[in-house]
Amino acid sequence: MDPGLRNGAAAAARKRGCGERLLVLAPVFTTLALTIPVVAGLAGVLLPAFGYLPALGATSFSLKPFADLFAAPGLWTSLALSLGCGLAATAIAFAAVLLFLAGWGRTRFLQVVTALTSPLLAVPHAAAAIGLAFLIAPSGFLARLLSPWATGWARPPDLLVVHDPLGLAMVAGLAAKEIPFLLLMSLAALSQTGHARYMMVTGSLGYGRIAGFLLAVAPVLYARIRLPVYAVIAYATSVVDVAIVLGPTTPAPLAVRLVTWMGEPDLAMRLVASAGAVLQLGVTLLALLLWHLGERTANALCRAMAERGTRMARADRALAGASALPMTLAVVTIGSGIAVLALWSVAGPWFFPDALPQRLTLETWIRQGSMVARPLAISLAVGAAAAGIATLLVIACLANELVRARRPGRAAMILLYLPLIIPQVAFLFGLQILLIATGLDASFGALVAAHLVFVIPYVFLSLSDPWRGFDSRYEQAAAALGAGSWRRLVRVRLPMLTRPILTAAAVGFAVSVGLYLPTLLVAAGRLPTIATEAVALASGGDRRLLGVYALLQAVLPFIGFWIALAVPAMAFRHRNAMALP
Amino acid sequence: MQHAFATALGLVALLTAPALAADPDAGNWAAVVRAARGETVYFHAWGGEPRINDYITWASRRLEADYGVRLVQVKVEDTANVVSRILAERAAGRASDGGVDLVWINGENFAAMKREHLLLDENWAEELPNWRYVDSSKPVTVDFTVPTEGREAPWGTAQLTFYRDAARVPDPPRSAPALLDWVRQHPGRFTYPQPPDFTGSTFLKQLLIELVDDPSVLQKPADPAVFLKTAAPLFTYLDALNPLLWRSGRAFPHNAAALRTLVADGEVDIGFSFTPTEAASAVERGELPNSVRSFVFEKGTIGNVHFLAIPFNATARAGAMVAVNFLMSPEAQAEKLKPSVWGDFTVLDIDRLPPEKKALFERIDLGAPTLPPQAMGRALPEPHPSWMELVEAAWADRYGAQ
Repeated sequence: MDPGLRNGAAAAARKRGCGERLLVLAPVFTTLALTIPVVAGLAGVLLPAFGYLPALGATSFSLKPFADLFAAPGLWTSLALSLGCGLAATAIAFAAVLLFLAGWGRTRFLQVVTALTSPLLAVPHAAAAIGLAFLIAPSGFLARLLSPWATGWARPPDLLVVHDPLGLAMVAGLAAKEIPFLLLMSLAALSQTGHARYMMVTGSLGYGRIAGFLLAVAPVLYARIRLPVYAVIAYATSVVDVAIVLGPTTPAPLAVRLVTWMGEPDLAMRLVASAGAVLQLGVTLLALLLWHLGERTANALCRAMAERGTRMARADRALAGASALPMTLAVVTIGSGIAVLALWSVAGPWFFPDALPQRLTLETWIRQGSMVARPLAISLAVGAAAAGIATLLVIACLANELVRARRPGRAAMILLYLPLIIPQVAFLFGLQILLIATGLDASFGALVAAHLVFVIPYVFLSLSDPWRGFDSRYEQAAAALGAGSWRRLVRVRLPMLTRPILTAAAVGFAVSVGLYLPTLLVAAGRLPTIATEAVALASGGDRRLLGVYALLQAVLPFIGFWIALAVPAMAFRHRNAMALP
Repeated sequence: MQHAFATALGLVALLTAPALAADPDAGNWAAVVRAARGETVYFHAWGGEPRINDYITWASRRLEADYGVRLVQVKVEDTANVVSRILAERAAGRASDGGVDLVWINGENFAAMKREHLLLDENWAEELPNWRYVDSSKPVTVDFTVPTEGREAPWGTAQLTFYRDAARVPDPPRSAPALLDWVRQHPGRFTYPQPPDFTGSTFLKQLLIELVDDPSVLQKPADPAVFLKTAAPLFTYLDALNPLLWRSGRAFPHNAAALRTLVADGEVDIGFSFTPTEAASAVERGELPNSVRSFVFEKGTIGNVHFLAIPFNATARAGAMVAVNFLMSPEAQAEKLKPSVWGDFTVLDIDRLPPEKKALFERIDLGAPTLPPQAMGRALPEPHPSWMELVEAAWADRYGAQ
């Protein structure tokens, strides 16, 4: 750490005010907000998994739920699907992002793609999946564009494209949806690695763009995005909504079957479902372990390649030429899927093989107009509250780390990712029982608290880098002018960080707007949001309505990001140096 | 100061309200209506069908205006989740002040809730004023062979109804064997929602009733020991049918709405639903072509009644009863029958209504794609729920994991 900063911190420690002592509580409070729900939720499924659920008269511990679970037909296939599809989707998304950054780092095209992908991040997974399904199905948009003049199809052919037994459609959908997330995480991480210099060195040594990036930058980059990658693995191995829309059905991946068991009228199936939730946790952990082994292999390979010194110029050129392909494909696929859903929301009759609806109508929007008001208001209120509280907590944590001149360790970072790495289905049902027991369910406060579990990590991730990268010479100058540490924080650092702070809050807001399962379980359906309404409608398969809700859900985060851009632009309109770079 | 006074008043109201609302007696209706005023009823009902949600919104506006009862629909994806929620509440020891005041239910979910004593344990439904109009020739006191004993009130009737584009399939199959022949001639153009989805399971039950030697055994609980022998004709049939289905039976639609989307997209030719007016309302919304028409099987199709029930720990019991009584009223039932609204058939005996109420029903146009009530054929009774559990398990075993 910078010695000047350490001296400053030591000086500050001597005359710590009341506000600073309160700051010490911030990490404690944040930790509790993140861990209590997860740990309580896990306990809430572990007990029934071993046969203990007093409400059903099951009060003795046994392994019967697990025996019943493994007797379910096709269970091993379901397990293999969850594991295989989850890992494949993560690997494809990760490789696409690395390849793109290697081939197009620091170009104008990268900026264009980044600008295009940010809004895709806000598109709900279920909507993206339904958009993709409609694009590629035998009766879908592409087939309609080409039929019957090119394909000769007057009727859609009977081809198993969506719901294929290997889960290829599901892998494609998951990979395409995770690519924007990994890209934005990587860009944030790259901004602090100084990778331009690495690339200059490898370039002068005769390495091509791809090899140079993979050998010199990727290891540094990966160390910084490892936890987001783990979060993607956890999500992809336990996903429910995307799997219902795109995944195999005979049998379905484990998480889908688990939710079906939770919903069986035979109440004894709750025990089997709990055992399934524990198994799901095991599958996700196994996937993480396998990935970790893959990390080591890849590391050894890269090292061997570097030591041998081969430049592989031809392969490098070929890869560089194709390096934008996977990324472009993902952006175009998700983007056009949403565009087609938007078209559905204003479509009159639209039958195969017509490429476009017979006529356009606003009927669906008008019919839904009065129905969306309440969910929209609740989404806004919960999102604003969760994002606001999370941002304050994260600022307090970061300020505390500044005052105490100590950064959180590895354990704290893992804790931060805990809610993202543990599959939601594995702990949310247990959390529901806990909330009901304390009488806190279905309250606005409980909903905001549940959202905080998922919002805090993202806010922390997006704010911590700009915060730590802040040029501390401004504060040294302020200190030299006699400003105390509180004053330096409030008058120098926070105003200068207005834009990243608002952006972090907007990220938190976007996450909150997209949360489905936590909202459904904690709010008990009494506080409907756009997300819960959209998924309830998705089960009815109506593309017109889904178009309305998917668009609303994608537009809401936009408002947040727009505020994050507009407010600093207004506030700093007389300060040239604060203008956007 | 004024603020503090209002708060105190609110607190007093909060403390005394539960005492007034406790144990309303449907026999003393005036008292129930009095106690209900000002209550909020959380109505947990499947929310996957926008038309039904719109209808419930209409009903809640009327209830608010006429009785001062706020009916709030809690849209659920699967009614079984409501059962697990009430179960979770009991696990947490909440014997009153429950989160669910009213639930839309029937069949296996009702059987489970009744067995676990999760419902209001008294015969309240038959005490409601509008019970006198209920059509007792319909199975309104038996839910999938389980006696309701007034633990739930009938809300609507449903009957398995098929539909197809008449321009494409002019002469549809009208029995289970004829369906198999048709599928042999048109492989890949038929499918059913994957059990345990409600509509998919109902299709299997329809086949079961038609194919077993003696359908009367289905009214008694199934004996697991001889189940496979009794149901053998069903599985012989499915072994022949499934490979000829859409996607060769390797994938199935998620539910009835997904099946309707497949028909709309032209992927399959025949769809079916539990709502006899489903095709008509889908045509009206532009979801299906105008040439779509309904049909049923010659020997009848499965019919049943769907109900409204109050959980044992409901908070607004009086409000829930007032809401149910309104939903059973001729006015609300006639509104529900309109295909442009929902198209759900009534549980009332129209002949028993006073003339001006009867006229409400006679004015309704059910739409060209809908079969007139006299052409609906016989409504076959639901088998005992135990059959469904065994059929679903055997289906999953044989076809659910390939």
